[in-house]
Amino acid sequence: MSARNNILTKLRTSLAGTTPRPDEFDESLVTGPWRYPPEQRIARLRELMEAVHTEVHQTTEGDWPELVAELLVKREITNLLYAPATPHGKQLARAWKDEADRPALRVYDRPIEEWKAQLFNEVQASVTGTIGGIAATGSLVLWPDRHEPRLMSLAPPVHIALLKASGIHDNWYDMMTDQNWAAGLPTNALLVSGPSKTADIEQVLAYGAHGPKELIVLILEDV
Amino acid sequence: MNQRIPVTELASDFKGRAREALADSQLRSNFRTAMDSLMRKRADAFSDEDEREGLRELGNHIRARSLSNLPDLLEQLETKLTANGIKVHWAETVEEANEIVHGLIEAHDGRQVVKGKSMVSEEMEMNDYLADRDIECLESDMGEYIVQLDNEKPSHIIMPAIHKNARQVSALFNEKLGEHVSEDVDELIQTGRRILRRKFLEADVGVSGVNFAIAETGTLLLVENEGNGRMSTTSPPVHIAVTGIEKVVSNLRDVVPLVSLLTRSALGQPITTYVNLISGPRKPDELDGPEEVHLVLLDNGRTGAFADAQMRQTLNCIRCGACMNHCPVYTRVGGHTYGEVYPGPIGKIVTPHMVGLDKVPDHPSASSLCGACGEVCPVKIPIPELLQRLRQENVQAPDHEPAAVRGAGSKYSRKERMMWRAWVMLNTRPAFYKLFLWAATRFRALAPKKAGPWTENHSAPVPAARSLHDLARDHLKNSPIRGEKS
Amino acid sequence: MSELFYDAAPNATRVAPARETERRYPDKPAEVSLFGTCVVDLFFPEAGLDAIRLLEQQGIRVHFPQQQSCCGQPAWTSGYREEARAVALAQLDLLDDGRPVVVPSGSCAGMFRHHYLELFAEEPENLRRAEDLAGRTFELTEFLLKVCKVQLVDRGEKHKIALHTSCTARREMNTHLHARELLAQLDNVERIDHDHESECCGFGGTFSVRMPDISGAMVLDKTTALRQSGAAEAISADCGCLMNINGALEKQQQAFRGRHLASFLWERCGGEQ
Repeated sequence: MSARNNILTKLRTSLAGTTPRPDEFDESLVTGPWRYPPEQRIARLRELMEAVHTEVHQTTEGDWPELVAELLVKREITNLLYAPATPHGKQLARAWKDEADRPALRVYDRPIEEWKAQLFNEVQASVTGTIGGIAATGSLVLWPDRHEPRLMSLAPPVHIALLKASGIHDNWYDMMTDQNWAAGLPTNALLVSGPSKTADIEQVLAYGAHGPKELIVLILEDV
Repeated sequence: MNQRIPVTELASDFKGRAREALADSQLRSNFRTAMDSLMRKRADAFSDEDEREGLRELGNHIRARSLSNLPDLLEQLETKLTANGIKVHWAETVEEANEIVHGLIEAHDGRQVVKGKSMVSEEMEMNDYLADRDIECLESDMGEYIVQLDNEKPSHIIMPAIHKNARQVSALFNEKLGEHVSEDVDELIQTGRRILRRKFLEADVGVSGVNFAIAETGTLLLVENEGNGRMSTTSPPVHIAVTGIEKVVSNLRDVVPLVSLLTRSALGQPITTYVNLISGPRKPDELDGPEEVHLVLLDNGRTGAFADAQMRQTLNCIRCGACMNHCPVYTRVGGHTYGEVYPGPIGKIVTPHMVGLDKVPDHPSASSLCGACGEVCPVKIPIPELLQRLRQENVQAPDHEPAAVRGAGSKYSRKERMMWRAWVMLNTRPAFYKLFLWAATRFRALAPKKAGPWTENHSAPVPAARSLHDLARDHLKNSPIRGEKS
Repeated sequence: MSELFYDAAPNATRVAPARETERRYPDKPAEVSLFGTCVVDLFFPEAGLDAIRLLEQQGIRVHFPQQQSCCGQPAWTSGYREEARAVALAQLDLLDDGRPVVVPSGSCAGMFRHHYLELFAEEPENLRRAEDLAGRTFELTEFLLKVCKVQLVDRGEKHKIALHTSCTARREMNTHLHARELLAQLDNVERIDHDHESECCGFGGTFSVRMPDISGAMVLDKTTALRQSGAAEAISADCGCLMNINGALEKQQQAFRGRHLASFLWERCGGEQ
């Protein structure tokens, strides 16, 4: 404990006789410039995400599973990781039923240690939900859980994310205050704003550095 | 991995390394091109000046508020992290930090470590420390991986391999990996991906840095584009994060402006591909994520900087690299010239507290004080003012008390101080000054043709035939609008 | 942002000073003092004289206090605080008469406007005087444009120039647009941008002799950019930069040169207006 005490003692000595600065966080600076009329939120998010090579489709709560099938077939993808216990997982499974030629469905139903190599080497695509999106920065927000664990959106080369249009917030600040994130965060919360990329060689952008090479966002619009 | 013979032998002092870098036209063009592009991207990302300046003020306010309450915040952070299941360790020195990290790896019989980008781990020279103990510590950020493969150090804090071009990377991959890869950047990156994927699969421990540690929620926030940071903090069974004690902020909302300032200043991106908020190890019902998460809080001279209210401002830094991107000196000499972990303007002001000013005696002088760094700093660190302060510390007599920086007085020279005293005489006694003007103008033909280092780049300065004192006196005497003091 | 908060303890955590608001300018005064600067005094006296002429053209009575020497900047930027303070004090005493002070150099004006406040921070009486001096110090282009509100009449031929703005004018004094505006008033003068225009010329006072390799690389780039801009000459309002730029051009045996803005303006707009 001595390192801890030494560090804290030094810091306290240096601050002796001073008072902590008051909190003067001016939220208008992080919200004001980043507000959009509702009808522009999707356009803003699309524009930013597409600028970094995200494929974005606008579809409906009813039609998206067919679109997923179409996108996978076009890419000659033969398997898809999904979460059967989630509502969207159930919907996907229904759409897959009786369709023999669709990619095989795989499930993340064991601790990672039991199938890490398969997840890393065999799974070609995954489909997950999101808890919302952010128009200002063109971001998806994911809170991985038992059904859709962290690596599900990271390890497969293609990640398909479902985003409800009604879940798109203007900016991150609004979203975290609306949903009261400060009261408790999951073990891992993620903002995802495109497929994995790097510009480490000559600043030339290359996609698919370590995570998904392709990010496909399906925006579900329902009245 | 155990051989750490530098490929290129660098000169031992700053000026020597600068001379070598300046003579390397490939290096200079690599840096100029990259820095120009980064400056353009930042400018585009902050196209609204009012918005930018307001956000910079908020960034400065948040950092200053955090520092003004740092010890309490660190305790709050520790309490929250502990409650979340993250174990907190404290280290005063890099040796202590390395021992802690090594101890944790040993406890899990770890042999392979995969590391996300972390400048604090560079301070620790963690790769070397672990290699000496037969533990492979592999960099997974593409730039860091390239640099490590070539037994080099990063030359930029955000773009570690910016000094290399694709041809050089291709040659390196061919030589070190036996991979026949073209100079196509995509092909090079896919080769890296393939090799590192295997490492992520096998690694026993993942190491990462931290961009912001949030006291309110007990959260470690990491930004990145590649996904290697998520891999390193998710795939191996143990995650060890290392960070400096200054990285803590009070509230979750504080990171909203800070992340925006960071990614826009660094790369001109509205946000990075991933913002990763880690608030605990895997819970019993979860299927992945590390079983253990540790945070090592490192001092390494930071409390020394903190002790001085002026130098404390160095701890505002959020490591965006914008100061180096905009620095005309850095652009010309590159990161390796600085010979330390942190190059560029920010390096010049944070390094003295880490290693002692006597180890980097030339750093404070290697600036024209042009102010470009201070102008772009997202958290408004007055970098030129602090360089100026370090110059003062550097010419203090070595026995001067109290020394604000370890190793102060490393540029103390009796002779130089005498020269400045003579300069004071000249400039505080008008009679002397006028005599000097008279002599300099009168005997201008005798002005030396060589004037030390000045004439390396310039012709010798020749005084005018008459000084302004003279010309002004005569002019004002005859001026229609006369000045009585003339 | 921090008006509600005041923690006077010297070890209190610092926040950045509030953004500078647009400087408020006084009406045109009847008299000013010219602080020539040591570099102008010895190497560019004509520029100083032309500055006087320009001010007189505006009907202002100019004083040139003969006891003036250097603002103290060389020692200050070299870390010799005590020495800089001694020289600064001499100028502070000399310029204590309340008259506006015009300086034909951004960096020396910056010493008066900003750094004297740091030099005398611990001496209440001198600090008060330094604050007073700072309040009535004007860089020449700023003074002509904002205080005199000059309307220049260009009498010269068609001419192309490149403008080099000193880093102090740009980043410390916020006067970087003033020279541009003055030049824009000249009908026959075309100002041409040059490559990396906002970049430092590499002078930096003693930096140029402490780090001659790096400084040399910077001034080579700057002079090359200026020469290749297509301009016939370079104009600057700072003689430190000009000494650096012209000295390098001469060493490179180039015919191209830089000139002080005051001399340029006087040449084109001099005489009765």
